[in-house]
Amino acid sequence: MSVIILFMAGIAAIAGWWLSQQRLTAKPWLEEGVIADVRGDSAPAKIGLGVFLAVVGSLFALFISAYSMRMNMADWRALPVPRLLWFNTGVLVLSSIALQWAHVAARRDDMDGVIVGLGAGAAFAVTFLVGQLLAWRQLNAAGYFLASNPANSFFYLITAAHGLHLMGGLVALGRTTAKVWRGAEMTRVRLSVELCAIYWHFLLLIWLVLFGLLTGWAGDFIDICRQLLN
Amino acid sequence: MVDVPYDAIPGIPPPGIPPAEVGEVELYHPKSWWTSYVFSQDAKVIAIQYSVTAMSIGMVALVLSWLMRLQLGFPGTFSFIDPGQYLQFITMHGMIMVIYLLTALFLGGFGNYLIPLMVGARDMVFPYVNMLSYWVYLLAVLVLVSTFFVPGGPTGAGWTLYPPQAILSGSPGQEAGIILMLVSLILFIIGFTMGGLNYVVTVLQARTRGMTLMRMPLTVWGIFTATVMALLAFPALFVASVMMLLDRILGTSFFMPALVEMGEQLKYNGGSPLLFQHLFWFFGHPEVYIVALPAFGIISDLISTHARKNIFGYRMMVWAIVGIGALSFVVWAHHMYVSGMNPKFGFFFATTTLIIAVPTAIKVYNWVLTLWRGDIHLTIPMLFALAFIITFVNGGLTGLFLGNVVVDVPLSDTMFVVAHFHMVMGVAPIMAVFGGIYHWYPKVSGRMLNEALGRFHFWVTFLGAYAIFFPMHYLGLLGMPRRYHDIGETAFVPASAHDLNAFMSVAALIVGFAQLVFVFNLIWSLFKGKEAGGNPWGGASLEWQTPQTPPGHGNWGKELPVVYRWAYDYSVPGAARDFVPQNEPPARSPAQGLHP
Repeated sequence: MSVIILFMAGIAAIAGWWLSQQRLTAKPWLEEGVIADVRGDSAPAKIGLGVFLAVVGSLFALFISAYSMRMNMADWRALPVPRLLWFNTGVLVLSSIALQWAHVAARRDDMDGVIVGLGAGAAFAVTFLVGQLLAWRQLNAAGYFLASNPANSFFYLITAAHGLHLMGGLVALGRTTAKVWRGAEMTRVRLSVELCAIYWHFLLLIWLVLFGLLTGWAGDFIDICRQLLN
Repeated sequence: MVDVPYDAIPGIPPPGIPPAEVGEVELYHPKSWWTSYVFSQDAKVIAIQYSVTAMSIGMVALVLSWLMRLQLGFPGTFSFIDPGQYLQFITMHGMIMVIYLLTALFLGGFGNYLIPLMVGARDMVFPYVNMLSYWVYLLAVLVLVSTFFVPGGPTGAGWTLYPPQAILSGSPGQEAGIILMLVSLILFIIGFTMGGLNYVVTVLQARTRGMTLMRMPLTVWGIFTATVMALLAFPALFVASVMMLLDRILGTSFFMPALVEMGEQLKYNGGSPLLFQHLFWFFGHPEVYIVALPAFGIISDLISTHARKNIFGYRMMVWAIVGIGALSFVVWAHHMYVSGMNPKFGFFFATTTLIIAVPTAIKVYNWVLTLWRGDIHLTIPMLFALAFIITFVNGGLTGLFLGNVVVDVPLSDTMFVVAHFHMVMGVAPIMAVFGGIYHWYPKVSGRMLNEALGRFHFWVTFLGAYAIFFPMHYLGLLGMPRRYHDIGETAFVPASAHDLNAFMSVAALIVGFAQLVFVFNLIWSLFKGKEAGGNPWGGASLEWQTPQTPPGHGNWGKELPVVYRWAYDYSVPGAARDFVPQNEPPARSPAQGLHP
């Protein structure tokens, strides 16, 4: 459970910092009149996405916690990570870059750039998903079935969870693209594109962490976490 | 930061203060009866939908508790309750009460209704997602109900669903019941997350002018903090449910160790049941406070309003809510002292458990000090609030017992634990729910609940709950085990204990009956109740200041309210009335500054 504890500590630090900006030492029983608030001017949707990312982060931190606890047991046999995952990782990086491109283009009011960025981002993301499916098939063909070892089970489970989140993102991306297609105002498009880009970068970050975990590089880090708490 | 009076610069709102009027385009307007009352995006309608669904499924759980008590009180009399069914009743009773009733009612019901009204917003910030949240919750409830009708019936694994027994053939409902239970939980979590995002972002971004965080009523603080906790804790149950589902359906070994069942080696190998317990309680303990924090907030508001006195130690109350929220994430393993985990952990978790009692005790002191020399009106909401404090202290104190490893180990599998958690997170939060309903029903319906029926409901429920659960502590100390269908003849349980069990069962039947009176009152008063007016209790917080009662679509008419003070200005010396509404501008006199 060390990974989720560290994650929660991070969330607590952010929440603590935010609360420290909120005049929690105010004495409201002495204050009359309208007081200016220290609220940020971010769009509610952006704050909503931030909170949602915390939830998704918590979900994956828990998966990783479970992974690190289960991998210590005697029956764990690490599976060879398909080389295709390297290609997939590269494609996901490109997808993220494409959406960043769209975001920058939206800020410059460059509608063509937005369309190119969104299209390329979606194409790369779909390629990533197809690549993940192919990786599953390779593993299956090599005899690494879902239930034959916990390492395999975790591999399929975690990659599936990540893929499902990306598919959810594709739905949002589709809606954004439709908005652009219908010729919506740039101000509205800008926010949607930005939200998609943030979500994509976050899923890329999650994937890099998961990739490190699945290839075993993160083993040392997990050991350190375990030492810290045991 | 520097406080800026709103009207310092005429015509130019200072930074951080949103414009006076939210453009009406931002508010969704229903166009048909269906979108007004069924697929509604109005938080008030969604709140009522959540509440009615939660209370309906709660009635099912109530009937299950009757059946359990009939078996415990009169073993052997009711031949239709076999041991397997008894376990199914226990499981479904616990699961429904904790998750599908209390969590849904506090956050989906009270949260949806009160947050926009109390912070001065027109609605939740994502109304469509909010509507979706309810329908996914309803689907989760329907899947849960369906388990009663599938072959093998609902799961009987206990509400904690511990593997390996939850998915072995010895447990009732192993065929389809456990699968549907896990699917239902997964759906509930998805639905809750949609609603939860709304509650959090509405509190953060949709507060009206002047409504700083430190002016929010404590109800909003409680619901807000509980929602943040739930958003972070429910993923643990989600992960556990998904992994158990895979163990059950696809034969993975996340939690299932190598087992021999009926002389046959099962396909499972090497899984860790302890891993499930860690995940479950990482959700399970915050869940206690997810239910308790909204109750704390509601009780604070009830006590202040009905004692006509400002809440004592508002700041400390807010800090305590936040502190409890943070601490509740590092106490989970006190549910696992007997699980076989590393014994050194026990010391750590016993310490954190005792520490969390500090902010909780601060809240209790503050409620009592709010009552001190207050103008106490013994209205029904006040009666329920007082009952909450007593019950919560009672359950909290036995929690201190059980938080210690050496006391917990012998008591862990006895009725003492059942008595403890029913007091602290069963009876106490339900008192807050009832108090809240009697308090806000006039705002929701425009009519008062019937007073005589209400008092009858209160006294039977309060005294009856003690008749049920007080003797249970004693039975636990005697060593009477929990989860047993029939205690049978044992040397350590005297005959008098069986008489006590029969007494408790009769009390449970009577308390259950009183809830039917309550439901009757809810429906009857809707049509025949006394007209309430806009503010029958003389409440100072914003929800009592709406131009219409029940509040209309968009809550506030043409202009959003402006908030000039906190929510607890009761019995202010020199004021014309014994309360000053939050949106009443300060009197303009040279002697009175903004910050006296």
